[in-house]
Amino acid sequence: METIKLKINGFEVEAFDRQPLIEVAEKLGIKIPTLCHNPIIEPYGVCRVCTVEVRHGRRVRMVTACNYPVTNGIEVFTESERVIRNRKMIIEWLLARCGNVPVLNKLAEQYGITEPRFGRGTDDCILCGLCVRVCQDVVKANVLGFFERGPKRYVSTAFDQTSDLCITCGACASVCPTGCITVEGLQEGIYKEMPMGPITPIHIDFMQAVPKKAVIDHDSCINFKTGGCKVCVDVCEAEAIDHSMQETEKEVDVGTILLSTGFKLQDGEALKEYGYGKYPNILTSLDFEVLNNANGPTGGKIFTQEGKVPKAIGIIHCVGSRDKKYHEYCSRVCCMYALKFAHLIKEKIHDCEVYNFYIDMRCFGKGYEEFYNRLLKEGVNFVRGKVAEINDAALDKSEEGKLILRAEDTMIGTVRRIPVDMVVLCLAVEAQEDAKELSHFFSCSVGRDGFFIEKHPKLAPVSTAADGIFIAGMAQGPKDIPDTVAQAGAASSAMLSLIQQKEVEAEVVTAMIDEETCSGCQICVGLCPYTAITYNKDKNKSELNEALCKGCGTCVAACPSGAAQQKNFRDSQIFAEIKGILAV
Amino acid sequence: MAKPKVAFYWCASCGGCEEAVVDLAEDILKVVEAVDIVFWPCALDFKKTDVEAMEDGSIAVTFINGAINSDEQEEMVHLIRKKSGLIVAFGACSHLGGIPGLANLTDKESILRASYLTGPTNVNQEKTIPLAKSPSPDGELHLPELKANALALDQVIDVDYYIPGCSVPKKLILDAVTAILTGNLPPKGSVLAPTRTNCDTCERNKTKPEKLTISKFYRPYEIELDEEKCFLAQGVICMGPVTRGGCDERCIKGNMPCRGCFGPVDNVYDQGAKFISALASLFDAKTDEEVQAIVDTIQDPAGTFYRFSVAKSYLGHKVS
Repeated sequence: METIKLKINGFEVEAFDRQPLIEVAEKLGIKIPTLCHNPIIEPYGVCRVCTVEVRHGRRVRMVTACNYPVTNGIEVFTESERVIRNRKMIIEWLLARCGNVPVLNKLAEQYGITEPRFGRGTDDCILCGLCVRVCQDVVKANVLGFFERGPKRYVSTAFDQTSDLCITCGACASVCPTGCITVEGLQEGIYKEMPMGPITPIHIDFMQAVPKKAVIDHDSCINFKTGGCKVCVDVCEAEAIDHSMQETEKEVDVGTILLSTGFKLQDGEALKEYGYGKYPNILTSLDFEVLNNANGPTGGKIFTQEGKVPKAIGIIHCVGSRDKKYHEYCSRVCCMYALKFAHLIKEKIHDCEVYNFYIDMRCFGKGYEEFYNRLLKEGVNFVRGKVAEINDAALDKSEEGKLILRAEDTMIGTVRRIPVDMVVLCLAVEAQEDAKELSHFFSCSVGRDGFFIEKHPKLAPVSTAADGIFIAGMAQGPKDIPDTVAQAGAASSAMLSLIQQKEVEAEVVTAMIDEETCSGCQICVGLCPYTAITYNKDKNKSELNEALCKGCGTCVAACPSGAAQQKNFRDSQIFAEIKGILAV
Repeated sequence: MAKPKVAFYWCASCGGCEEAVVDLAEDILKVVEAVDIVFWPCALDFKKTDVEAMEDGSIAVTFINGAINSDEQEEMVHLIRKKSGLIVAFGACSHLGGIPGLANLTDKESILRASYLTGPTNVNQEKTIPLAKSPSPDGELHLPELKANALALDQVIDVDYYIPGCSVPKKLILDAVTAILTGNLPPKGSVLAPTRTNCDTCERNKTKPEKLTISKFYRPYEIELDEEKCFLAQGVICMGPVTRGGCDERCIKGNMPCRGCFGPVDNVYDQGAKFISALASLFDAKTDEEVQAIVDTIQDPAGTFYRFSVAKSYLGHKVS
């Protein structure tokens, strides 16, 4: 684009030919007041506040800076006496219509207007038309328009009726310079769920998001409703936004895969005796974490559902863990976060009584025992015993609206009845529901508890039975963050070393299928977890690919003809060994 | 040259194997022509003393059918072993213990009680049960005594060859006789039948789905059986995959699943256990409960998987 030279308030500047004057001035740091200018909308000089003086040779003109295209050799004055005089007049005329609009009054004050000559009107709208044009040109919803003519002109929807076309995007309200447009019922209108306060359609999911990139919410983005807007596309310098992108499936060839699919929290409603879901003040540990979060709905303040500050809180450990009815394993993380909760509650509400109901305190990590000891000194109550039930049966007035915990205190050998305002359930961590399905997919396996099984608990803790498939984190079993990070590090090192080697050792002790005795019954074919066996239709035989075989022995066990045998572990060899041991 | 001497003997058997020999029809004449039958209690009148009088090893080959479940049978087969060059275990009972072998799942006392006292059709007011020795006016009477367990022939005496089947198909008998007469014999201890299982020749094997899974078992009467589809794919237990071929799939061609009378192939010892292992790997189940639900649809597992082979299995017999 051709560049030209011009002067603004005596400073010589370079600009592109026919660039809007207001942009050139802004770059120079010269602020020209305006009401109807918005970079996303084509300027059309309606409020006139940006009026400036332009000289070209001997020709002098008053123009609106927002839509005046600069040309070579012009000289601009933004604050000349004539400009000020004109601008004052324009502001007074605007005040004559909208005398009470704050932004206009502020402008009047700036220009020393105390008593406008034409009086003060009571309207709010300066008829700049930004709302109409943003609705038509940007959002493309075509809801707003001008109606009537002359002094009666006003902005409204068709026939002044609530419009079905309106998508409640709020663009009109956001561009309105006088603030005379408001959106009612904003929360229900745009967002389905806002647990942590309102968000914009394009946003970064959360502070720790990986990758930390913006995403567009399909449900609230204007473009997906009307095809318009795309303001984000215009402002994104990296040109990274593309609304036409579709979900695609990509096939990627890899040599190693890490399964770190995490965990899920047990369903609290499954434990009927604790009444989760029935009493609103019974929270899961994650519910409490949200409530307690400084970015959360209460800004980190701890309130009951009724909005009161709790005076007593019960924290129940081992809910669903170490319990033959649910999970026999220990969830490993609960003791420590329960202690953290207790500590934070004490820190935020000093006089709140905190009761920890535990089976055993398992503070096994570095510094954990010390933290527990610290809590003992902080006045947190520890009750050794499992809570049998939670109900709301009040014995007297003071207990009304409270949750009653009944638990055996095994330290003092009695059953206790403790009324509290809030209960936090430390629910068991569980394997993901689809872990088993995933394990079939990746030829590895899950244990009885649903977590992925490592190849060897001590010697190969991050590998699986399938070469190149590694596991880390809660997907392998309950563990805390330090353990997860350590395991993830180990897994990625193991994967990298495999990649570096460039060649792999094949399993020696594979199965073999004796062609002579195989009757082609195909029972082995579907069983092989490594898809090493194929059925040869012409020969009516099952054939084994030894490079794929891992020697798991599944086919050997299943082969009804005894044609599949494990090298070095043939039936005859095993029986000979047994006979040798028994010396018969 | 004198014709080779041949003998037939029967132990605990239903007589079907004797029928099988007679069933050779006109072919039996060829056999009779080629050999000299010296002992065949079912068809010809010989006594134990006749056998005792023979020279040791003078009988070229003796075919013995039936399991061994009395002391009399045990005594006789030992005698015959002494007098015979070759011993052929003839039919499923002498090969694997057969149907009498199912008695090993219980004990002798229970069998006698059920047979003579508690059986619903029994009328036995004196509560008489057979005794090995019983007094009589003419002195003490001796009867063969039931053994604690039924045994396959090779669990009592040394056996040279086996001809499987319940009953033994005609073709296998003729092939075996021909092989013996011509001296064209496989190594000692061989089963004179093919080395692969029934699926090898079964027409229905072609209809097996790529990944065979089973979510419920049916007994043959519970569903209408497809005449061409693999029985396992229909959810019906067919012992074909674990049973030696050579029977010409007589049952399967009659639209009934294989019962397993030919026993396992050479690499497998325990036919039932092997098939349980194979079958369990086909279960369409994710949880223990689902597995249990499928298992619950198997009726009479011992009688299904071990119908002919209890005696020759790791189960063996009931340990009291």
